[in-house]
Amino acid sequence: MDTTYQWLARFAQSAGLLYFVGIFLAVCVYAFWPSNKARFEEAARTPLQDD
Amino acid sequence: MATTGNPIRQATTGEIAGIVLAAIAFLGLLLIAAKTDHGAYAFHAMVGMAAALGTVFLIGNRCFKAGTGPAPQEIDGRPNYNMDPVKFGTIASLFWGIAGFTVGLIIALQLAYPALNLDLPWTNFGRLRALHTSAVIFAFGGNVLIATSFYVVQRTSRARLAGDLSPWFVVLGYNLFIVIAGTGYLLGVSQAKEYAEPEWYADLWLTIVWVVYLLVFLMTLAKRKEPHIYVANWFYLAFIVTIAVLHIGNNLAIPVSILSPKSYIVWSGVQDAMFQWWYGHNAVGFFLTAGFLAIMYYFVPKRANRPVYSYRLSIIHFWALIFIYIWAGPHHLHYTALPDWAQTLGMTFSIMLWMPSWGGMINGIMTLSGAWDKLRTDPVLRLMVVSLAFYGMSTFEGPLMSIKAVNSLSHYTDWTIGHVHSGALGWVAYISFGAIYCLVPWLWNRKELYSLKLVNWHFWISTLGIVLYISAMWVSGILQGLMWRAYTSLGFLEYSFIETVAAMHPFYVIRALGGALFLAGALIMVFNVWMTIRSGEPESAQDRTPLQPSLVPAE
Repeated sequence: MDTTYQWLARFAQSAGLLYFVGIFLAVCVYAFWPSNKARFEEAARTPLQDD
Repeated sequence: MATTGNPIRQATTGEIAGIVLAAIAFLGLLLIAAKTDHGAYAFHAMVGMAAALGTVFLIGNRCFKAGTGPAPQEIDGRPNYNMDPVKFGTIASLFWGIAGFTVGLIIALQLAYPALNLDLPWTNFGRLRALHTSAVIFAFGGNVLIATSFYVVQRTSRARLAGDLSPWFVVLGYNLFIVIAGTGYLLGVSQAKEYAEPEWYADLWLTIVWVVYLLVFLMTLAKRKEPHIYVANWFYLAFIVTIAVLHIGNNLAIPVSILSPKSYIVWSGVQDAMFQWWYGHNAVGFFLTAGFLAIMYYFVPKRANRPVYSYRLSIIHFWALIFIYIWAGPHHLHYTALPDWAQTLGMTFSIMLWMPSWGGMINGIMTLSGAWDKLRTDPVLRLMVVSLAFYGMSTFEGPLMSIKAVNSLSHYTDWTIGHVHSGALGWVAYISFGAIYCLVPWLWNRKELYSLKLVNWHFWISTLGIVLYISAMWVSGILQGLMWRAYTSLGFLEYSFIETVAAMHPFYVIRALGGALFLAGALIMVFNVWMTIRSGEPESAQDRTPLQPSLVPAE
């Protein structure tokens, strides 16, 4: 039977890895999703807009 | 708006609440000042009383002046931006910058010539060092961040800053915190946590100010006219939210009594150390990095008049940076009582930081593509691009130093000081100078700065200063590290500690010279800003807004 500490450490090491990789992939998908392209290209010009 | 006959207008609910709260605070502080037997604490209570009294008068006075009070959100269909708090923050950052750089020069000279400690408690290195770090990071950097964030969030949201009194509460309240913290160090009030020295009452005050800051920022975003929240605002938001969490977590202290400035932290032993460096490294990651990256993402494209090189990269940059930075703290505790796996974790995340750091740097520098010629003609843009080069250099060096084997040589030596200053002087200060040089003509409606030639002088003098500073510290730090670990053939340490101190003396003198040059450059900047505001050519009413004409119509 694992001690609580070891269980927690193992959980953090495995689930933490999956959690981070998952988030990173989700961010990449969002950033590169084709239909977002136009929106981001417009957003890149935000500082140049004047009013 | 009241008319000429009777200029007195009815106070708003916010104004009444402000006056009542300030009056209550005044009475509470009066009791504390009267009853405490701690001189410095009584002094701080009196500073607070003066601030509370000033608040009552400042708010009360508004009701007697025409044109004050809640301003319209828009004038002629254009956002009625609230730039006065931004102006205040800009001037305050210049003031604190000069103060912080000067104290830095003094303590550099103290290290080279210890007699300059003057044998007085108020002027010894131990107290002045905290004054220096807080003045440059929190007073100079903090005011730059608050001022630029209030500017950028308004411009990129095309909406007036939320709140009537609250933006002023944020800038003035923050600067009151700085005064309390700084005078506290000189008088010996410190909880002795690096970069978190202020005692419990100053920490509580900062918490209130910071929560209002977050609310002002969020409420401004909430009423934005732009559909998309621009990436700079994401970085500012990460900075504000994370600093709130870090500040509260690392300062969970219980005061001895309400009449005492002394408190004890609830964490103990290695947990306290871990909390401290979780806080300490994320002060670097979120205060000195995320916040200033927000400045980069607005001011570099604006000044270069080019869109952000890759907006997609900026999104990945943002999420990768904030998710990784928060784990890097344990690298400050290599070879300590911290569990070994936690040290390795901190080291691993530090190395992973190479990617988002360099991604951001590349994104900033490549924003100049198509406008590289401006590097030659525009010294302000050059300042910002060189700041990115320093950012790249120090974020390469940092992960390197977090590797345990390297850290065993570098830790506790001047190498760390050199590393910090290549980041602080080269990156943070330079991007701030660039932002200030941009902001001043925009805020005071001037065509350009008083003199671009003086910007050029500032750039070259302080760059020379930084190079002297960091190269002296590299040599001194590695020398120090190697002397500490040198053994004789019999297995004894080869050098006594004092021998290593004596060996570093020449490098300390060079470092102080570098600091003096950096300060000289900053004084040139203050003169330039002063002359721009006082005597710069005002823009005519017609060409007020299109500072840099946009190439595409908005929306």
